[in-house]
Amino acid sequence: MAVTRPAHPREHGPLAGVGGRVRLARYAARLSTVVSRTVRGGSGTVIGGRVLQAAAPAAVSTLAAGRHTTLVTGTNGKTSIAALTVAALGSADVGSNRDGANTGAGIAGTLATTDASRLVLETDEGWLAWAVRETRPELVVLANLSRDQLSRHHEVGALAAGWRSVLAGAPTVVANADDPAVVWAALSARAQVWVGVGSRWHDDSQVCPSCGGRCLADASDWRCTSCHLRRPEPTWWLADDVLHGPGVRIPLRLDLPGHFNRANAALAVVAAVTGAGVAPEDAAARLGEVRSVAGRYERVHYRGHDLRLLLAKNPAGWLELLDVLASDSRPVVLLFNADGVDGRDPSWLYDVSFASLRGRRVLVQGRRATDLLVRLELDGVEALHVPGSLAEAVWRLPAGHEVDVVGNYTAFQRALREVRRA
Amino acid sequence: MPDDLTVVHVYPELLGTYGDRGNLLALVHRAEARGLRCRVVEVAVDAALPRLADVYVVGGGEDSAQLLAARALLADRQAPVVLGAHPTLAVCAGLQLLARSFEDGQGRVHRGLGLLDVTCGRLPERAVGEVVSEPAGLDLPTLTGYENHSGTAELHDGAEPLGRLVAGTGNGDGRSEGVQQGHVLATYLHGPVLVRNPALADLLLTRAAGPLAPYDDPDVDRLRAERLDAADPRRHPTLRNLLGG
Repeated sequence: MAVTRPAHPREHGPLAGVGGRVRLARYAARLSTVVSRTVRGGSGTVIGGRVLQAAAPAAVSTLAAGRHTTLVTGTNGKTSIAALTVAALGSADVGSNRDGANTGAGIAGTLATTDASRLVLETDEGWLAWAVRETRPELVVLANLSRDQLSRHHEVGALAAGWRSVLAGAPTVVANADDPAVVWAALSARAQVWVGVGSRWHDDSQVCPSCGGRCLADASDWRCTSCHLRRPEPTWWLADDVLHGPGVRIPLRLDLPGHFNRANAALAVVAAVTGAGVAPEDAAARLGEVRSVAGRYERVHYRGHDLRLLLAKNPAGWLELLDVLASDSRPVVLLFNADGVDGRDPSWLYDVSFASLRGRRVLVQGRRATDLLVRLELDGVEALHVPGSLAEAVWRLPAGHEVDVVGNYTAFQRALREVRRA
Repeated sequence: MPDDLTVVHVYPELLGTYGDRGNLLALVHRAEARGLRCRVVEVAVDAALPRLADVYVVGGGEDSAQLLAARALLADRQAPVVLGAHPTLAVCAGLQLLARSFEDGQGRVHRGLGLLDVTCGRLPERAVGEVVSEPAGLDLPTLTGYENHSGTAELHDGAEPLGRLVAGTGNGDGRSEGVQQGHVLATYLHGPVLVRNPALADLLLTRAAGPLAPYDDPDVDRLRAERLDAADPRRHPTLRNLLGG
């Protein structure tokens, strides 16, 4: 007699057809995530991902199958774009690696812990090939490519070539039309939706990624002088804080600061429109809900001060953030490390001018604080090195002041943990 | 002694990937600390090098940028004369551009300016990390920097190493780092190299402007100490104890 088992509640969802080994691995991963979160703090996502991959090496592709996946990558802004895309989608049925765990283990950990049918996955630029192969995304959002962690990535040109190779045959990309490396890589995909978001950083756009000729770039246009590569005509474009698209003109009202976040928001709206058919006005209207992204832009009251927490981890990021800092004269605490994910060579500090901080009260901390202190000295910025915790730095400042705290990756995480513990 | 120095940054839009502007800033800072007015001229890739500046800096860049820079330098007939006749710092791609030849990532050999009696090949693996070297024949303290390159430097009769390798890969022969020949000091070191090694900056300034007054910079001294503590095996306590120091 045939026995009909009652259907597992998830079997009609994204996990339909998932085999026993992967299910078991997923349970183990979820358990590890909770244990790690409890014991070590943090999100536990990476630990969970490692357990998942160790227990069932094919688990990522199995768990991603059947879901609507959008990958978001780029040197800067990918965490923010992913968060803004999730908001723009306006659905509870969206899973995302909100904690910024964006390498293989982080993405695996996210897949282990979400049942959502739609995924928005921030992806480290060096992990895009793996992520495309494993998750088979419907959409890839390409934000920008610039020098970052050169001790790990070595050369921007090599990253662009890697992207171009992996995107060959990818279905659709939403891509920044103002970055030559992004455009060249995106052209290998089957379809492109170009978004003109502007660019202030041109130092990595001087050589044509296609032919090696001279690329001429300014704030609104770029072209190769030797081959046919040039800025594509964007379907969507940003002008001040208004997003223009086919038949629409949508003001972007954000709680996040800076032009770079308007650019992030533009890409997020277009991703939601292209990937899920969301009405652009509806997508844009939801962006104001995003007040902070993985602790970035968070405003916290700490030891009698109102702190604004900011992340800057490479010259292009610093260029944008210094523009945000220039809007007032509040004291600044700069936190600087050169650990693995920060990049071990801080020479890039000299690729951007810190002169706009002259006259400000500047305190410096971190394991490579001396590198930053010397950098500031050469730009005529007086700064004080305060070893120890963030509390020891803000203690030096008059109470009641608003303070900007800017860190690169690991230094920022440390500060975030400190203020959240309080 | 002239009261004005002009420092030329050669093709900064192509050869400035690894914080090379820091070398210019270090030269300006240390010149001005001695009361010398110092001006930086950035020479774009489509312009001829000015003939009468005091110091020239040729920085680092990615492979494709280096090839464009090579084309431009070889097209500027005065470039070898100008760079060969003045104190010049060449870093990483800059070293290779001033060599007889260098090899790209595809194994193709390209002609350099030939100011250095050096041929540059490729390392089997990219060299990334801290470097320590002892200057050769120069009255300078230990050199510290960070390398991130795939190139070697094979020195021929006319060239001398800039330093004896203590830690890191340097020229790839296990013994030497950088090159010195005539007015040119060349190295694979970033950091930037003149920020971490102010005595090297002073050597270039002295060659251009004559003797300099002493100038101490405690923050730079601390930076040097930190980097050497981290990378110089001779300063490592365990090793020192093993050696009986």
